Amino acid sequence: MLKYIVNRLLWLPVLLVIISFITFALGVYGPGDPVQQLLGQRSDPETVARIRRELGLDRPLVIQYIDYVRRALRGDLGESITVARGQPVIKLIARGLWVSIQLNAVVIALGVVVGIPLGVLAAVRRNTLLDYLTTAGVVMGISFPTFLTAPILLWLLSYQVRLLPPGGWDGVFSRSVILPALVLGAGPIAVFARQTRANLIEVLDQDYVRTARAKGLPELLVLGRHALRNALIPLITIFGLMLGGLVTGSFITETIFGIPGIGRLGFRAFSARDYPILTALTLLIAVSYTLANLLVDVVYALADPRIRYE
Amino acid sequence: MAQAQLEMKPGVRVDLLPPRRHPLTEFWRRYRRNRLAVVGLVIALLFVVTGIGSPWIAPYSYTEQNLDAVELPPSWAHPLGTDDLGRDQFSRLVWAARTALIVAPSATVVGVTLGLLFGLMAGYFGGWVDRIIMRLSDVLFAFPGLLFALLIAATLQPRFEQWLLQFEVTKPWVRSGYVEFLVVITALSAVGWPGLARLVRGQILSLREEPFIEAAEALGIPAHRILFRHLLPNALPPVIVAISMGMGGAILAEASLSFLGIGIQPPTPSWGGMIINNFQYWRKPSAPWMLWAPGLIVAALVFAFNFIGDGLNEALNPRDQR
Repeated sequence: MLKYIVNRLLWLPVLLVIISFITFALGVYGPGDPVQQLLGQRSDPETVARIRRELGLDRPLVIQYIDYVRRALRGDLGESITVARGQPVIKLIARGLWVSIQLNAVVIALGVVVGIPLGVLAAVRRNTLLDYLTTAGVVMGISFPTFLTAPILLWLLSYQVRLLPPGGWDGVFSRSVILPALVLGAGPIAVFARQTRANLIEVLDQDYVRTARAKGLPELLVLGRHALRNALIPLITIFGLMLGGLVTGSFITETIFGIPGIGRLGFRAFSARDYPILTALTLLIAVSYTLANLLVDVVYALADPRIRYE
Repeated sequence: MAQAQLEMKPGVRVDLLPPRRHPLTEFWRRYRRNRLAVVGLVIALLFVVTGIGSPWIAPYSYTEQNLDAVELPPSWAHPLGTDDLGRDQFSRLVWAARTALIVAPSATVVGVTLGLLFGLMAGYFGGWVDRIIMRLSDVLFAFPGLLFALLIAATLQPRFEQWLLQFEVTKPWVRSGYVEFLVVITALSAVGWPGLARLVRGQILSLREEPFIEAAEALGIPAHRILFRHLLPNALPPVIVAISMGMGGAILAEASLSFLGIGIQPPTPSWGGMIINNFQYWRKPSAPWMLWAPGLIVAALVFAFNFIGDGLNEALNPRDQR
C-alpha cells in the first residue's frame, strides 16, 4: 500500500512538468500577444518590443520555460500581465481560490445532503411515482447546462420575484450564495442521487440483506446498518473527485453571477491572454485532481477490504 | 404444434428456445422496451432531419437582417421573435442545428477512433505501450477540460488558417468560416478520447483472459487480426453506449465553447453563441424565450442522447436476457 502511494506520488512531479510545458508552449505559440492586448491594437511596435523584452517574452521557449520552473520552485509563479498588471499570480489565485472553495463546499454539501437521501428514497420506493420523479429530476440536473439554468433562475428569482440578489459575493453565509449554489448544485445532487439509487438497489438484492431481514431486523436497521453502508462505498469516488474539483472554479457560472472566484479569474485571464495566470491555474487544478484521485484509491481500499493494490 | 407434441411427454422438462429472430429485430425489440430511449431517439432524429434540411425548414436565412423589425416578440411571421439585429430567431435556431450536426458527430467520431485505437493498443500489448498511453491520458485528464479545449482552439485557429492559405483549393475556406469548425472539432476530440481509451482498455484487459483469445493466439493468428476481428467486436457494446453519451457531451461542449466566445463565430449560428448573444434579454423580463429556446434545445439533446445510451446499454447487454 505504502509503495503504491509513493509510486503514485513520484509520478506527480513528472505530470506537472509535462502539463506546465504544454500550457507554457500553448501560451508562447498561442494567438493574441498579451502585450498587444495590454497596449491596444494601434500601439507603437517599438514599445511592444521593449515591453516584451522587459518581460523576457522575446527569449526562446525552452529558456523561458526553464526560467519559469526555476522560479516556480521558489514559489514564484510570475506576475499577471494584463488582468492585474504587475500583481503576483499567487496572490490573485489565492484570493479567487478562497472564494471558489467556499462556494464549491456549499455545492458538494448540497449534493450529499439532498442527493443521497433522494437516492435512498427512490431505491426503497422503487417504481413508484416518487422514484420516477427523482429519475426525471436527475436527468434534468445532468442534462441542463449551467448556461441555461443560471439565466433562468436569475430571471425567475431575481428579476421577476425580487427574492435573491442577482450576483456578486458577500461571503458564504449571505443570500448571494443561494443562486449560484443551486445552479452548480444541480449536477452533484443528480449524480449522488442516481449513484445512491443504483448501488442501494444492487445491495438490497444481496444475500446478507436477506439474512438481516430473515432474522427479523426492523427494515430501518436493515437499511441503515447493513445496506446503506455498503451502498455508499462507491460514492467515495464521486465525493473524492468533487473534493478535487473544489479548486476548479466554474468558468460559466462564476462569470454569469460575477463571483470573484477561480473560474472568473481563469476566464478573464484567457480572454486577456494572461498566460502566467493560466499556467498557474492549470497546474493547481492538475495537482488537486491527481491528489484527489490518489486519495480516492486509498480511502476506497480502506473502506472496502475486498480491494487490494499490489 | 411443436409445443403440443412436447407437452405430451410427461416428466420430461424441455426448455423451449425463444423464437429465432433477425438480430436487428431482436435489438429493436429490446431497445423499444425503454420508452424514454424511444423518446430520445425521436428527438435525435428530429435534430438530424432539421440539421440536414435547414435550408428548406428555415423561413429566413440566418444572416438576413431587418433593422425595422428588431427585438420583436413572437408572431406568425416570426414564431420566436427576432434578435437585436432583426434576424428571425426561429430560422437561426434551425440553422444552428446544422452547425451542431457538423461539429458533434465529427468530434465524436475522431475522439472515438482515437480512443478505440489507443485503448486497444494499451489493453492488448500492455507493457510500455500501455504505460505511455495511460500516462498520456492521465495528463489529459488532469487538464481542466474546458480550459484545455479553449487553449487548443485559440492556438490552432491562426495556424490552420495559414496552412489552408497555402493551397488554392482550400483558400476560400478561410473566409467562409470552415476553419472554425475544424478548430472546434479538433479541440473537442483532443479532450474527448482519454475517457474512451480507458473504457476500451478495461474491456480488452478482461477479454484477453477469455479462452477464445488464447485459442486464437495458439492458432497463430496475427495480432492485428486478433485485435480487430476478435477483441474489438466483443468490446463494442459499452463503446457504442459511450458514443451516444459522447454525442450529447459534444453538443454541450460546442455550446459552451461558443458561449465563451471561442469556436464557431458569428454570424454562423450556434446555440451556445445565440445564448450569449441573447444574454442581454434576461435583464428584460419581456423576452425570456430568446434565451430559453436555444438552451432548452441543447438540454433536450443532451437528455435524448443520454437516454439513447441507456436504451442501447439495455439492448446490447447480453447478461440482461429478457
